[in-house]
Amino acid sequence: MDCRVALAQIDPTLGNLHANLDLHLAQADEAAARGADMLLFPEMSLTGYFLKDQVADVARSLGEANEIEELAKRSKDLSLGVGFVERDRDGRLYNAYAFLEDGEIKSVHRKVHLVTYGMFEESRDIAPGDAFVPFDSKHGRVGVLVCEDMWHISSGYIHFLNGVDALLIPSASPGRGVTETDGEMRSARVWNTMLEAASLWFQTWVVYVNRVGVEDGITFGGGSRVIDPDGRTPAKLDILEVGMADARMTSEALQRARLATPLRRDEKPWLVSRAIMTAESRSAIEVLKREAQRKPEPQS
Amino acid sequence: MSGLDINTELVERIVVGFLKSEAGKFGFGRCVLGVSGGIDSAVAAAIAARAYGPENVLGVMMPFRTSNPESEAHAREVIDRLGIQSRKVEISQMADGYLDQETIEDPTRRGNVMARCRMIVLYDLSVEWKGLVIGTSNKTELLLGYSTQFGDSASALNPIGDLYKHQVYQLARHFDLPDSVIDKAPSADLVAGQTDEDDLGFTYEEADKLLVRMIEDRLSEAELIEEGFEPGFIQSVAHRIALNQYKRLPPIIAKLGNRTINHDFRYLRSWGH
Repeated sequence: MDCRVALAQIDPTLGNLHANLDLHLAQADEAAARGADMLLFPEMSLTGYFLKDQVADVARSLGEANEIEELAKRSKDLSLGVGFVERDRDGRLYNAYAFLEDGEIKSVHRKVHLVTYGMFEESRDIAPGDAFVPFDSKHGRVGVLVCEDMWHISSGYIHFLNGVDALLIPSASPGRGVTETDGEMRSARVWNTMLEAASLWFQTWVVYVNRVGVEDGITFGGGSRVIDPDGRTPAKLDILEVGMADARMTSEALQRARLATPLRRDEKPWLVSRAIMTAESRSAIEVLKREAQRKPEPQS
Repeated sequence: MSGLDINTELVERIVVGFLKSEAGKFGFGRCVLGVSGGIDSAVAAAIAARAYGPENVLGVMMPFRTSNPESEAHAREVIDRLGIQSRKVEISQMADGYLDQETIEDPTRRGNVMARCRMIVLYDLSVEWKGLVIGTSNKTELLLGYSTQFGDSASALNPIGDLYKHQVYQLARHFDLPDSVIDKAPSADLVAGQTDEDDLGFTYEEADKLLVRMIEDRLSEAELIEEGFEPGFIQSVAHRIALNQYKRLPPIIAKLGNRTINHDFRYLRSWGH
């Protein structure tokens, strides 16, 4: 891996794919001018986030002439990660992230862990994805985690087991929490802690691309960054502001980290497997016990 | 104050960005707001001045004939300090026109009429000024329902509606607003000598301490009592919050069809822009 990755911390227009496509193409030109090999956009970058009843209107199917195809054409010399709403053949809608490379759709990740709590209501309109599958980009093996996917440690762990060189983490995370004693936004502190921990636990490059802008009073936080396999941050963007940053990701950094602390070599995935099986069996046994203890219905 | 102190720099960035972005979506770069001489409208005006530039903010003083003359003096201090545009519109005639005709003496009704007259002025001037109406209600009063529905609570954009009174004070100091505004007792100034804290029966400081634990941290009544809050105080505040929920929501629409506004016809305001 020797790849200059650029982060597009943008403020897309809600529901306006035409304007957002233009914005993506302009960002691609800027990234190319910086000498980037890869440009990553935030979660739902083509559509905006709080779509509500617009979800179905802005959904796009793969293999049809649409904005994703337009962007795929732009990916011949610049790999692109783009967030959108995918409509499957059966009508299900997904919060999806397309990785475009060499003029083609290389991979699409469907967000697995949808957020449906607090201000979020993704599950109301969106179907969950069901897998974390890394893929081999020409720049190295990468795994995509869309926002909340990252909050479940198993997601990153699966990519770790599969030997990814970089975790790509597009996000549409609202900035919130303004009473922290250290002066940081709570959401930014929490994200940065998790991202740095992920780079150290999984010994991988971590690329976080969060959007900015405001949708009906909710301000997205920004703070996009690249973190190396040693938990350092070679490139980052400010919170709340539109911007672009780039950093070079190399195999050498991965090799150094993995040589110094061979976590993947020493990892014992079967322990996890056994623990899950045991926990699952235990809960199955509990169910059976409860069934057995249930008093028989009185005969009438 | 624990759990209440905000990072004022950060809050300024967020609320200034909010005003710019939300108004910009609808092609607005100007705003109008009532400047009463109180701390809430002073802070809202300071945020608006930073978002749109002082020359694009119209601060409107709207005294009634029984208003404390100090209020107008304080409002002028705020306007001068911020360098915003200003205008004075007396509401005595328009309010009295109705109050006298209907011989209304109940102070609550009179206060509501005055608050709604001011709303009429602001929404009218917003057309002339080509700017959105900025709200000046803070979170403490919105939760307690200490506001007039379609009166002082009416606005297009409210930059301080998620800030408790304590936090509004912090911002006032951050923006270097006049001491006269910061130091005086908060008052709706509907009748002479009135103060908010007399009306409410408790201080904003007491209310904020309770609200942050009750609303932000979602403590149960038992936990709040354990922290030293009086059961009667907890219950009266909880009652006020629940009772006034209607003021914080749009009118209820009777559902008949498949897609009913505010029930299952769901779009943000910037839909299609």
